[in-house]
Amino acid sequence: MFTSNVPSTNSPKTSRDFGKIILSFIHELGEFLFFTREFFHWLFQRPYRSSLIVQQMEFIGVRSLPIILLTGGFTGMVFGLQTGYAFRLFNAGSFVGSTVGLALTREIAPVFTALMVVARCGSAMAASIGTMKVTEQVDALTTMAVSPIHYLVVPRVVASVLMMPLLTGVFIGVGTFGAYIVATGLLNIDPNAFMQKLTYYVDFDDVFGGMIKAAVFGFFLSIISCERGYKTTKGAEGVGLSTTQAVVISSVSILIVDYFLTSWILEFFSGDM
Amino acid sequence: MQPMIQFQNVTKSFGTQVVLNHISFEIPAGKLTVILGPSGEGKSVLLKHIIGLMKPDEGKVIVDGVDLWSLSDKERTEFRKKFGMLFQSAALFDSMTVFENVAFPIREHTSLSEEEIKSKVLEKLKMVGLEKAIDKIPSELSGGMRKRVGLARAIALEPKILLYDEPTTGLDPLMTESINQLIYETQKKLNGQNSVTSVVISHDVESTFRVADLVVLLYRGQIIAEGRPDDFKNGKFTHPFVKEFLRGHFEKNI
Repeated sequence: MFTSNVPSTNSPKTSRDFGKIILSFIHELGEFLFFTREFFHWLFQRPYRSSLIVQQMEFIGVRSLPIILLTGGFTGMVFGLQTGYAFRLFNAGSFVGSTVGLALTREIAPVFTALMVVARCGSAMAASIGTMKVTEQVDALTTMAVSPIHYLVVPRVVASVLMMPLLTGVFIGVGTFGAYIVATGLLNIDPNAFMQKLTYYVDFDDVFGGMIKAAVFGFFLSIISCERGYKTTKGAEGVGLSTTQAVVISSVSILIVDYFLTSWILEFFSGDM
Repeated sequence: MQPMIQFQNVTKSFGTQVVLNHISFEIPAGKLTVILGPSGEGKSVLLKHIIGLMKPDEGKVIVDGVDLWSLSDKERTEFRKKFGMLFQSAALFDSMTVFENVAFPIREHTSLSEEEIKSKVLEKLKMVGLEKAIDKIPSELSGGMRKRVGLARAIALEPKILLYDEPTTGLDPLMTESINQLIYETQKKLNGQNSVTSVVISHDVESTFRVADLVVLLYRGQIIAEGRPDDFKNGKFTHPFVKEFLRGHFEKNI
C-alpha cells in the first residue's frame, strides 16, 4: 500500500512543479519584454549621454581587444589546421582560404566574439548594476530625477551594439591571418591559391551579414546582462546569481538567435547561393 | 496648514503581508514631520511611496497637488527634481569621489560652469562639515561621514521636499546628535531661502522629539497617532502601543 501510494502522490507534484517552471519562465520573459520596452522608451531621450557611451565603448571595445586577438588568432589557426589536413587528402588545399573565410565571417567570428564579450563584459554589466541595485545606488539615481535605464542601461547597450561589429571585424581579420599562417607555413598550401579562393568566395554580403549578426548579438547580450543586474535582489548572493544568469542566458540566447538570424540572412542576402 | 504630501487610503502588500493598510494622512508644507515606529513596520515603504520608488496597490499619494502615478515615466522623473533623499545606507556612488557625488545632481539638472559647480559643492560640504573630504572615495569614509555626504548630495539642488530614511540608525550617540543637529539646521537654513518640507523616518524616539514639528506613529501598517510632540507628551493619545512605545522616553524626560 505504501509503495502504491508513491507514484500517485508524486505525479501531481511533478506536474505542479512543471507548471510552476512554465509560469515563472513566462513571468521572466514578460518582465524582460517590459524592460526592453523601457529601454527603447529612453533610448532617444535627451540628454544623449555621449561621454558615458564612449566610456562603455572603451570598456567593451578597446579593452576586449587582447582577448579577441588571442581567441581569433587561435581559432583561425585551429580551423586552418583541421580543414588543411582534411582538404589535402582530396588535393583541395587551396580551398582552405575560402572555407575558413566563409566560416569566420558568417558564423564563427560573430558567435565567438559575442561569447567572449558576454564572458568579459556581460558579467561585468550584471555585477556592477546588480551591486548598485542592492546598495540602493539605483534607487538613489531615481530619487535624483535620473532614470537608471537612461543612465546605466542605454549607454551599455548602445556601446555594445556599436563595438560588437568592430570586434567581429578584428576577429575575422586575425582568424584569417592565423589560418593563412598555418596553411601556408605548416601545410605548404600555395599562398596565392589561398588568397585567390578567399577573395573569390567571400564577398561583401558575407562580411555584412556577419556584422549584422554581431550587432544583434551585442544588443541581446547587453540588454539581457543589464536586465539581470537590474533585477538583482538579496545582497551579495543575489549579485553572484545575477552574474551567472547573465552569462548563461546571454550565451544560450546568442546561439538561439543565431539560428533564426542565419536563416533570415541566408534568405535575404545570399538567396542566390 | 497647506499639505505638501497626502496619503489617500494607501494600501501596499508584499505577497500575503499587508505592510500599509488603508493609510490616510497629510504632511504639512514647510514643516519637519517624523514618521515614527518600530523597525520592520513599513516606514521605509511609506517613504518610498512619497517619491514614487513604489506604487501603491490601492489609493493615491498626492505630492504638491500631483498624483505621481498619473504622470508618464518622463514626467515622473522630471517631477522628482523637487526631492532630495538621504538613504539609510547613504547610497553614495562608490565609483565616484565625494565631490563627484555631490556634484552629480547639479551636473545632471543645471547648466552651471565647472567653477560654479565647485563652489556650490563646497558650500554644501561646508554645511555638513566635510569640505576636507572632498577628494575621498566613499569606501574611505566612516558611516556617519557617508551620511553627511549623502545629506550634502540630497540638498545640492535645494529641493522643496527632503526625505530622510533612518538618518541616525547605526551611529554612535555623538554622531547621532550631530546628524540630528544637521537635519534641524538644514531645515532652518534652507527654509530661509524657500519653504522646505522634511520627512524623517525614524525609530529613535529621543531624536524624534528633539527635531520634529509633527510626529506620526506607524504601527502594524496603520497610523495610530498623529500630532505635535507636545500632544504626545501630554498623553493625548490613548492607544496602548503609543504608551508602550514612548514609555521609556517619557519616564526619563518628564
